[in-house]
Amino acid sequence: MKLVVISGGTSDPSSTRMLVDRITARVLERAAEARLEVSTSIIELRPLAAELASAQVTGFAPPAVASAIATLAEADALIVATPVYKAGVSGLFKSFFDVVDQDLLIAVPTVLAATAGTSRHALVADEQLRSLFAYLRALTTPTSVFAASDDWGTKALGERIDRAAHELVVLAAAGVKSAMRDAGTHYNRVFGGASEGADEIEFDTDLMRLATGGSPGSVRPV
Amino acid sequence: MQFGVFSVGDVTRNPVTGETPSEAERIKAVLAIAQKTEEVGLDVFAFGEHHNPPFMSSSPTTLLAAVAARTERLIVSTSTTLITTNDPVRLAEEYAMLQHVSGGRMDLMLGRGNTAPVYPWFGQDIRQGLPLALEHYNLLHRLWREDVVDWQGRYRTPLSGFTSTPRPLDDVPPFVWHGSIRTPEIAEQAAFYGDGFFANHIFWPSEHSKRLIEFYRARFAHHGHGTPEQAIVGLGGQAFIARTSQEAHERFRPFFDEAPVYGNGPRMGDFARQTPLSVGSPQEVIDKTLTFRETFGDYQRQLFLVDHAGLPVEMVLEQLELLGGEVVPVLRRELDALRPATVPDAPTHASLVAAKYGDGEPRRPRPNANRGDNVTGGSPYQDTEAA
Repeated sequence: MKLVVISGGTSDPSSTRMLVDRITARVLERAAEARLEVSTSIIELRPLAAELASAQVTGFAPPAVASAIATLAEADALIVATPVYKAGVSGLFKSFFDVVDQDLLIAVPTVLAATAGTSRHALVADEQLRSLFAYLRALTTPTSVFAASDDWGTKALGERIDRAAHELVVLAAAGVKSAMRDAGTHYNRVFGGASEGADEIEFDTDLMRLATGGSPGSVRPV
Repeated sequence: MQFGVFSVGDVTRNPVTGETPSEAERIKAVLAIAQKTEEVGLDVFAFGEHHNPPFMSSSPTTLLAAVAARTERLIVSTSTTLITTNDPVRLAEEYAMLQHVSGGRMDLMLGRGNTAPVYPWFGQDIRQGLPLALEHYNLLHRLWREDVVDWQGRYRTPLSGFTSTPRPLDDVPPFVWHGSIRTPEIAEQAAFYGDGFFANHIFWPSEHSKRLIEFYRARFAHHGHGTPEQAIVGLGGQAFIARTSQEAHERFRPFFDEAPVYGNGPRMGDFARQTPLSVGSPQEVIDKTLTFRETFGDYQRQLFLVDHAGLPVEMVLEQLELLGGEVVPVLRRELDALRPATVPDAPTHASLVAAKYGDGEPRRPRPNANRGDNVTGGSPYQDTEAA
């Protein structure tokens, strides 16, 4: 399986990167126990910052962002992590997902993670990341991972990481992504996008019948 | 191969002088630009259509009729005509009239537009934008081909025994291009009718438009109009030309940096690398434009955006001199040499008349005497039996 890891940390090394490294290491151990072969790609958002600013106003992805999106399109499992700034997801992290095709992550098992300077931000992963990835129709694991400064030395953080890693490997090993995508369900896709199946065009639709001179009576308001 | 320019009639502040032209000045400038387009040897001038400030392009057929009156060979066209918010009955009438007054030197490009608030100004609902466009064109297509139309649809009142006047010149409907950047249904409709397809790919990497053009080509063949290579494709382009690359960059940069759409965003160099924009010497513009053929295959119409972003009219006229004098002659030669004989030119009125009548006399319908109605369902023309 292809594991893609996205870190929104902005310093080097960042605590956000350290957190995704710990989660990734645990996922790889769990995957090995489940006899799953894993290849891992890590996308750091910091080097994409200037291109992402441009993409916000042009509406298309410049080369490095396009390459990151192409990597993301192949993901069978995903770990995403943002630092918390001003009580929310970082602007850089949100900027990246603002230009990702909205149908790219359908049914992709995903661990949500966030870091912060204080545990008062503990719900950012569940209240903000989870709704963002619900919109993207990703399959988030029940356990999210939040780490404030004072969590790093604790046993509890390691246990949460292990639980999230376990959940991710179970979902990935079960082939949930392909099973959901292949079941004949009609996910709304954007033609020409980066996602799998984005070039498939259905002709058996009211709009296509109208495009070929068909009776307007058959088309319902959409 | 046809070359030309297209504009949306923006009235934009000149960022160098800080002056914003009046609407009156811009309208005069556009007429001068259109005349210059013919003078420098280009083939097409396309214009329109917006219905809000800072644009003045609300009424393209009036402007294009004036352009046609001042020119002799130029084809006037649109970029684009809103098939969503314009009533297809009015489009049929207005563009047939333009076809007559221009002596057939016109075609039009249909689009859905990109301004959401325009829909309610014309009594339409943007949530229905796509089915509205498709249904309206199905009707427009019939209004130009059938003297008497009975029609019922979802988005306008039914027609019973309606005749759109004047009938198209020589009873040959204007050629239609469908402009779209990402909607397969629009490409499918263009392919179904054997119409042209125009991809204005200037604001994105060219590759974004490639899959839709390939889809249109494949469907053009599927619907029996020829091979995929024979489909009628037009492309946008955007250029600023000067003697040297450095001069072009220095002169265009202040306009680029504050241009509507992409201003205050990407750097000009990055944008030129990632999109069809070329800023440079004539040779650089030639080289960049030749890559379009490599991406999309042989095509029939290339329109450049040169009148925009607050460029003063003198600079636009100078751009046209360079485009017509140095860039397009080379492009014509190179692209014509590369194009196989089996790939047709874009249809013109003359070619459509020849295809329909051969050496025969074109139909020029004469109406029967006024019966005081237009709804009886019989034929209103002398050469057709009453039903």
